[in-house]
Amino acid sequence: MSDPVRVAIIGSGPAGLSAAARAAQLGLSHVLLEKTDHLSDTIFKYQKGKHVMATPNRLDLRSDCRFDEGAREAILAIWDEDAAANKVNVVYHAEVVEVTGEKGAFQIKTAKGDVIAAEAIVLAIGTQGNPNRLRCPGNDLPHIIYQVDDPEDFKDRHITVVGSGDAGIENALGVAEDALENRVTILNRSKDFARAKAKNVSDLMEAEENGAISIRTETQPKLVEAGWLTLETPTGDEKIQCDLIVARLGSVAPRAFVESMGIEFTGPDREAFPKLSPTFETSVPGIYVIGALAGYPLIKHCMNQGYDVVEFINGNTALTPADEKDLAAIFAGLPERKSVSEWLDFLRTRVRIFADVSPLQMREFMLDSKVAFFPEGEVVFEKDEPGSSLFAIAEGHALVEVSPGVTVPIEQGSIFGEVGLISGRKRGATIRAGEDSIFVEVSRTAALKLMAAVPGAKRVIERISLERQLLQIFKGGLTAEDLAPVVDGAEVIRVPAGKAVLEEGDEGDDVFVIRSGSMVVEKNIGGKPIFLRYLPAGSYFGEMAVLSGAPRNATVKAAVGSEVIKLTGAGFKAMLAARPQVREATETAVAERAAMNSFIESRKATYSSAVDLYSDTASFIMKEGLGEATDALLIDENLCVGCDNCEKACADSHEGLSRLDREAGKTFAHLHVPTSCRHCEHPHCMADCPPNVIHRGPDGEVFMEEGCIGCGNCMRNCPYGVIRMEAAPPPKPGLLSWLLLGRGPGPGEPSPKWTKANMPEGKKPKKIAVKCDMCKGLAGGPACVRACPTGAAIRVSPEEFLSIARLEEDAG
Amino acid sequence: MATLFRRRRATATQTERVRERRHEGFLRHANFRWAKVSGGLCLLVILSYALIDVSPRPNGGSWYGYTLGTIGALLILWLTALGYRKRRMTSDFWSLKAWTSAHVYLGLSLIVIATWHTGFQLGWNVHTLAWALMMLVILSGLYGVAVYALLPQALSNNRDQMTQMQMLEAIRAFDRQLHAAAQPLPPGEAAPVLASLEQDPFAGGIRARLTGRYPNRATAAARAALTEAVGGDAEARAKVVALLTQKEAALARLREHLRLRALLEIWLYVHVPLTFALIAALSAHIISVFFYW
Ligand SMILES: Cc1cc2nc3c(=O)[nH]c(=O)nc-3n(C[C@H](O)[C@H](O)[C@H](O)COP(=O)(O)OP(=O)(O)OC[C@H]3O[C@@H](n4cnc5c(N)ncnc54)[C@H](O)[C@@H]3O)c2cc1C
Ligand code: HEM
Ligand code: SF4
Ligand code: SF4
Ligand code: SF4
Repeated sequence: MSDPVRVAIIGSGPAGLSAAARAAQLGLSHVLLEKTDHLSDTIFKYQKGKHVMATPNRLDLRSDCRFDEGAREAILAIWDEDAAANKVNVVYHAEVVEVTGEKGAFQIKTAKGDVIAAEAIVLAIGTQGNPNRLRCPGNDLPHIIYQVDDPEDFKDRHITVVGSGDAGIENALGVAEDALENRVTILNRSKDFARAKAKNVSDLMEAEENGAISIRTETQPKLVEAGWLTLETPTGDEKIQCDLIVARLGSVAPRAFVESMGIEFTGPDREAFPKLSPTFETSVPGIYVIGALAGYPLIKHCMNQGYDVVEFINGNTALTPADEKDLAAIFAGLPERKSVSEWLDFLRTRVRIFADVSPLQMREFMLDSKVAFFPEGEVVFEKDEPGSSLFAIAEGHALVEVSPGVTVPIEQGSIFGEVGLISGRKRGATIRAGEDSIFVEVSRTAALKLMAAVPGAKRVIERISLERQLLQIFKGGLTAEDLAPVVDGAEVIRVPAGKAVLEEGDEGDDVFVIRSGSMVVEKNIGGKPIFLRYLPAGSYFGEMAVLSGAPRNATVKAAVGSEVIKLTGAGFKAMLAARPQVREATETAVAERAAMNSFIESRKATYSSAVDLYSDTASFIMKEGLGEATDALLIDENLCVGCDNCEKACADSHEGLSRLDREAGKTFAHLHVPTSCRHCEHPHCMADCPPNVIHRGPDGEVFMEEGCIGCGNCMRNCPYGVIRMEAAPPPKPGLLSWLLLGRGPGPGEPSPKWTKANMPEGKKPKKIAVKCDMCKGLAGGPACVRACPTGAAIRVSPEEFLSIARLEEDAG
Repeated sequence: MATLFRRRRATATQTERVRERRHEGFLRHANFRWAKVSGGLCLLVILSYALIDVSPRPNGGSWYGYTLGTIGALLILWLTALGYRKRRMTSDFWSLKAWTSAHVYLGLSLIVIATWHTGFQLGWNVHTLAWALMMLVILSGLYGVAVYALLPQALSNNRDQMTQMQMLEAIRAFDRQLHAAAQPLPPGEAAPVLASLEQDPFAGGIRARLTGRYPNRATAAARAALTEAVGGDAEARAKVVALLTQKEAALARLREHLRLRALLEIWLYVHVPLTFALIAALSAHIISVFFYW
C-alpha cells in the first residue's frame, strides 16, 4: 500500500470531477476513483445528442472545470480536456466496494482488490446505483447487457429481455421495432405486469398480438450459454435461441453501500439523504458527501459543491457558499437588515418545523421558499383559492377567518395553509396578518422534502393538519382542545387502490377522514354493487354507524392509492357529546347522505338500466385513474365528429405543440378518456424533477415553469402517459396568410417534416417536457373545450361529473 | 378594471363549465337559445310581411325589402366568419359550440329572411342565382347537421378504442406475419397472398372511401383461393387463412373508419366552396341593384 493521499474522491460525475480538479489546483495529493472506463457515467449514459441544460441560470458556476448548456458529447469532451489540463489523477475501473478506517487513515478497497489509503474521502457516486445482475449460471457472459443506448444498434438477432418493469418493456418494444427484424422475447417472473405503466403493458400486449414480441410469463432464465438461453417455465425447462440478453432488473440504490461506511441518513424513507454538516461532512468524520447523493441533482450545484468541499477540507472555513447571493436576495425584501446566516438562525429558532433542520438543509430549503413581510390586515390568501404551499409564522401572528367576521389566531412559530399541501386542493379559509408579521412560504415540494428529511418536522405538520382538517369538517364552535382526545388516538392508514376500508354489513363505529386520494361508496342492490358516491380528499365517512349504532350500510373503497385517518368511535362520540352543535350538524349531513342513498335505491327499482349505466360509468371512470384527477378532459363520442379541432386549438395556444391525444385512450358507453393530463391530486410527475419546475398553479393546474432540463423523469413517472418530450416547432405564418395565400402548415401542430424544413439555421431544438397546463393564463380557459364545435369535449372533476344531476338526467 | 374584466371572463367560464357537465351538444346549447332566437326572427319576418302593406307590391327594392336584404347579407357574412373563428385561437372567452349552435339556427332563418326579401319574385337572373346558391349552402348545412347527429356513435363503435394509426399498424403487422407464414406455401398458393401484401388499402379514390367498397379485393380473393386449395402443407395453409381472415377484419374496420370520417367531412367541401360562390353572386346582386336599378 502506498502513502495515503490527502483526499480520495469516489465517483467522477460533475461533483467528483470538480472536487478532484480543485484538489489538483490546490496541490493536494488526491485520487479520483471511477468505476467505469470514462468520466461521469450518468451523463455518459444520456441519450445521444441530448441537450444538457445548465439550470439554475441565476447560480454562478464555481469550478475549475467548464460547464455551459450544450450537447452531451461537447460537455463530455470539455471535461476530458479539463481533467487533463488540471492534471487530475484519475483511476478508471476502480469500483469502490468497501471503506474502513477513520479520519486521517481510511482504507478504500476496490472490486479488483486494490487498497488505497486516504486521509479524507469525498463520496460523489450519484444516485444511479448498480443494476441488479442476472443470477443464473453464465451471468458473466459478454452478451448480457444492462442498458440499451440505441435500439438501432441491434439488428436481426434473437433478443431476450429479462424484467417486467417499464424499462424492460420499453427496451423490448424498442428492439422489436419492425425494421430491425429482431426476434424478441420478454420474460416475466410473475403472471402479470403489475409494476409497469398501463400504457406500456397495453403496447406490449399489442406487440404480442401483432407477433412482434413473444411474452413468457412465470418464466425465468436458468442458464446462459453463447447463442442459447435455458428457461425455467411452469411446464419445465426449455431452451431457446438467444444471442443477446437485455437484463432490466432494477438497480440497487447506493444507500446500503453508503450506510455500510457508518454514514447516517435523515430517515427511513426513500426520499431521505445522508445527514450532513454545513461543510458536507457526514456523521463519519472525514467522509464528505456531495452531488446527487447529497440531494443536489443539478450539474451546476454538483460542480460548485465539488469546489467547496475541497476548499473546506483544505481548511478554508471563510468560504461563502455559491448560493449566498441567492439567499441574500430572498431576504432582501424584509424590513430588518441581517446577514444570511443570522436570518437562517432567526427562522430556525422561531419556527417549530425548522427546529430540527440542519444549517445546510436550511440553506437548501430556503432557496425553494419565500419570506415576506405582511403589514397588519393584509390578506395572505383567500378562501377557495387553489394553492399548494405551506406558510410558517416567523414573527407576528395570522388570523383565520372561520366564518364571516369570526377569526381565530394562529400563533408565532406555527404553520398554516397545510391543507393545500396535503391534498392539493383549494384553501379552506381566508388568512390575514394579525399584526405586522413575517411569514415563510414553503413550496409543496420543498415541504415534502423537509418532511422526509426531518422526522420532527413531519410530526408537527401532520398533527397540525389533522387538527385543522377536523376543525374544518366539524364546525360548530369546536376548538383544538375538544379535538385533543380524538387526535391523540388517530391513526394514519394507507389503503391501496381498490381495497375496502369498510364493508357493508360490518360492525364497527370508527370514523375515517380521507387525507389523500379518494374513495367510492358502493351498496349492494339487487346483487350488484351500485355506485353511490365519490368522496374526494378531505371528506369523511363512517359517521352514520356512530350515530345510529347500526352496522355499516355501504362499502367504502379506495379509488386510488389513498391515506385515511382513523378516529375511534368512542373519541368521536365524546366529541359530539361535548358539542351539541357539532352533533346537530353531523346529523344533518348524515340525513342528506341517507336521502341520496335512498333516492338511488328507489331509482334502481324503476330505472334499473339508467342506474346501472351510471354505476358502470363510475367504475369505468375510476378504473381509468380519474379518481385522483382534479380536472380531466372527457369526450362524449355521441357528439365527437373527429375534427381534431381540440388538438389544433391546444397546439395553437401553446408553442405549436398539442398536449392532448384525442383518439388514444379508453372508451366506455361512448364516454372517452383521451390521453391528456388530469391534474392529479397528488401529481406523480412532480416526484423527481431535478430542477423542481413542476408546480400546481392558482387554478389547480399542474404545470411546468421554465427551466426543464429534459431529463424525462416526469414523463416516466406519470402513470397516464400524458407528458411528451418535444422541441417547439418554429413559429408559423399567421392564420390569414394561410387562409388566403396558403402559406405555412395551417392550424394545429405542424408535421415533423415541416418543422424540420423550417427550423432556423443553427438553432438546436431543445427537447423538454410538454404537458397540459389547463391553458394557464388564457382568460377564456381551456382552449380544447372552447374549440370543440359540437360540445363533445368537456373538462370536469370526478365529483362534478358523477353528480346526482347526471343520474337524474339519464333516468329522465 | 383589468381585474374586473378577468372576473367576468372567469364567471363565463364557470357557467360554461356547469353547463358542460351535462354534456349539452351544440343543437341543445343553452337550452335551444339560438333555435328560439331564430324561430322568433322568422316569425317576426312572416308576421310583419303579412301586416305591413308595401306598395306597389313587396319586393327587394322596397324599404322593407332593403331591410331584410341587409339583415340577410350581414348574416351571410357572419355565418362565413365561422370558418375563421374555428381556427383563430384567441385567448379570450368564446365557445365554438355556441357559435356552431347560432350558426345552424340563424343559418336556417335565412330561408325565411332571404325568401321573404325576394317578395317571391324569382327568375333567371343573378339575383335568383344568389338565392339558389344560398339555399344549396343551407341544404348542405342540413346534411352536415344530420351526419353530425347520426355518425359519431357509429365512428366510436367501429373504432372500438383503437386509433387510426393503430388500425394501420395492425394491418402492417398482419402483413408481416403473412409474409413469414406464407414461406412454406408453394408458388401457386403464395401468389395470391403476395397480392394481398402488395395491396394498397387506400386505392380506389373518393368513391371507394365514401361507399366503403374498394375495387382491390386481393385479401378476400387470397382467402377464397387458399380455402379452396387442397394438398400440400395443410397446416401452414390454415395458418395463412386464419391470418388473412384477421387481416380482412382489420381492413374492414379501417375502411369503415375512413368511410365515416369522409362522410363527416365531405359535405364541408360543398358547403364552403358554395359559400364563396354565394358571396360572389351576392356581391354581383348588390352591385347590380345599386348601379342598374
Ligand atoms: C436523463 C437525465 C438527464 C439529465 N439532464 C440534466 C441536465 O440537462 N442538466 C442538469 O443539471 N442535470 C441533469 N440531470 C441530472 C444530473 O445528470 C445528475 O444529477 C448529476 O450527474 C449528478 O452528479 P454526481 O456527480 O452527483 O453523480 P453522477 O453524475 O451520477 O456520477 C457518479 C459517478 O460515480 C461513479 N460511481 C458510482 N459508484 C461508484 C463506486 N462504488 N466506485 C467508483 N465510482 C462509482 C459512476 O460511475 C459515475 O461516474 C439529468 C439526469 C438524467 C438521468
Ligand atoms: C348561407 C348560409 C351559410 C353559410 C354562408 C355558411 C358558411 C359556413 C362556413 C364558412 C363554415 C366553416 C366551415 C369550415 O371552415 O370548416 C360552415 C360550417 C358549418 N355550417 Fe354553415 N353556412 C351556412 C348555413 C348553414 C346552415 C343552414 C347549417 C345547418 C343547418 C349549417 C351548418 C354548418 C355546420 C354544422 C358547420 C360545421 C361546423 C364545424 O364543424 O366547425 N350552415 N358554414
Ligand atoms: S402529468 Fe400525469 S401525473 Fe402529472 S398531473 Fe398530469 S396526469 Fe397526473
Ligand atoms: S419537467 Fe420533467 S423533463 Fe423537465 S426537468 Fe422536470 S422532470 Fe425533467
Ligand atoms: S386545457 Fe389547454 S393545455 Fe390542456 S389539453 Fe386543453 S388546450 Fe391543451
